[in-house]
Amino acid sequence: MPRPEFQAPPEIFYNDSEARKYTTSSRIIEIQVVFPLFHLFSERALELLNLPNDGVPRLLLDIGCGSGISGETLSENEHHWIGFDISQSMLDVALEREVDGDLLLADMGQGLGLRPGVIDGAISISAIQWLCNADKSSHEPIARLKAFFGSLYRCLTRGSRAVLQLYSDNASQSEMIMKAAMRAGFAGGVVVDFPHSTRARKTYLVLTCGSSSMQTSLPKGKGEDRESCSDDDDDERDVDGKQTVGIYDRHRPTKRMKITKKGKGKAWVIKKKNQMRNKGYSVPPDTKYTARKRKACF
Amino acid sequence: MRLLTHNMLACNIKGVTNGYPLRLEAEKWVEKEVDFNADFLRGVFPKIDWPALVGAARALGFHDLLPVDAPDPSVLASDDELLRRFHRALLQLHVEEGGLVCPETSRRFPINKGIPNMLLHEDEV
Repeated sequence: MPRPEFQAPPEIFYNDSEARKYTTSSRIIEIQVVFPLFHLFSERALELLNLPNDGVPRLLLDIGCGSGISGETLSENEHHWIGFDISQSMLDVALEREVDGDLLLADMGQGLGLRPGVIDGAISISAIQWLCNADKSSHEPIARLKAFFGSLYRCLTRGSRAVLQLYSDNASQSEMIMKAAMRAGFAGGVVVDFPHSTRARKTYLVLTCGSSSMQTSLPKGKGEDRESCSDDDDDERDVDGKQTVGIYDRHRPTKRMKITKKGKGKAWVIKKKNQMRNKGYSVPPDTKYTARKRKACF
Repeated sequence: MRLLTHNMLACNIKGVTNGYPLRLEAEKWVEKEVDFNADFLRGVFPKIDWPALVGAARALGFHDLLPVDAPDPSVLASDDELLRRFHRALLQLHVEEGGLVCPETSRRFPINKGIPNMLLHEDEV
């Protein structure tokens, strides 16, 4: 299935029928796939939020709450939450499901419109990548990202976290998102769960608001140790130490053929020619000119 | 929409400096039972803008539910009765239909089925 971001803007893509697909029991696949996936995402996001474990409910944000599946995880943990979504149809489904949080119809690219310093944490499941699209001529992804991260930074209390799960389309897109987060003043980085698997791989942007000395280290992604891959691990430590927003996966340069200045040498060429002869190809005979470099003024 | 959310919301139209508190126009509201949790209330109390909460409760017709002046946190910790009234105002009252009006521009954000529509027009971004 093509990615939804490429098809239509979110308020149009998540129309009534599409919204229903997300939640009704008519399609078994949705129950078996979408439900557990969202629960998994939101549970992991809540874990990464690293709220103090004292049993006190907090006031959290769910950005792009959709039909409220991720919000239910917050309710299960007895937190109060406020959900933002741009799609009226999805919010209608959330109403039907009688979610506990408050819902707001709002566009996160326009800023969140909350008072400064009142929210204890924010999660967002598969929503941020929508900001990278320009669905209307007036939309500028960079300006919208700036408005979103700026307002998110303002409304969070110092030392709190925002965990944004994202499907980023390509490296430049996730770089754009992270640059915007960094400009807004966030510290943090990317946590990749199961980086070596294409299917189970999940990317979470973990952002810390304000310079809090208590929560400096970035949590480790799940399943990173399953296969040793020294490049990735080194990079991750780098992100840990510096506390900046960065990408650490899949960014090593591709392997290039080793070519020395002199070329491969006569012995190599003769060996290759012999190989081809043995295979039965017609190969020019070896002479004193074989593998000799051409003069510059040919 | 609970009054807790109303207390956090501000108008974010571009250029508006004084967009808080949004004036609440309630046409219909309901009350839902919510579990009482004193720890949450004490934790959230410093973040609450008390005059805005009192104003919102009055907009729903509760004139005497909360004292006009913000209570001291120590009073709140000891006075169970006050804490319960605070709980009721903050979490149990839901505005179903109505509107939120920006104090500076008088722009009205409608509330339908308990969901405020905070979408801005393109010239307001």
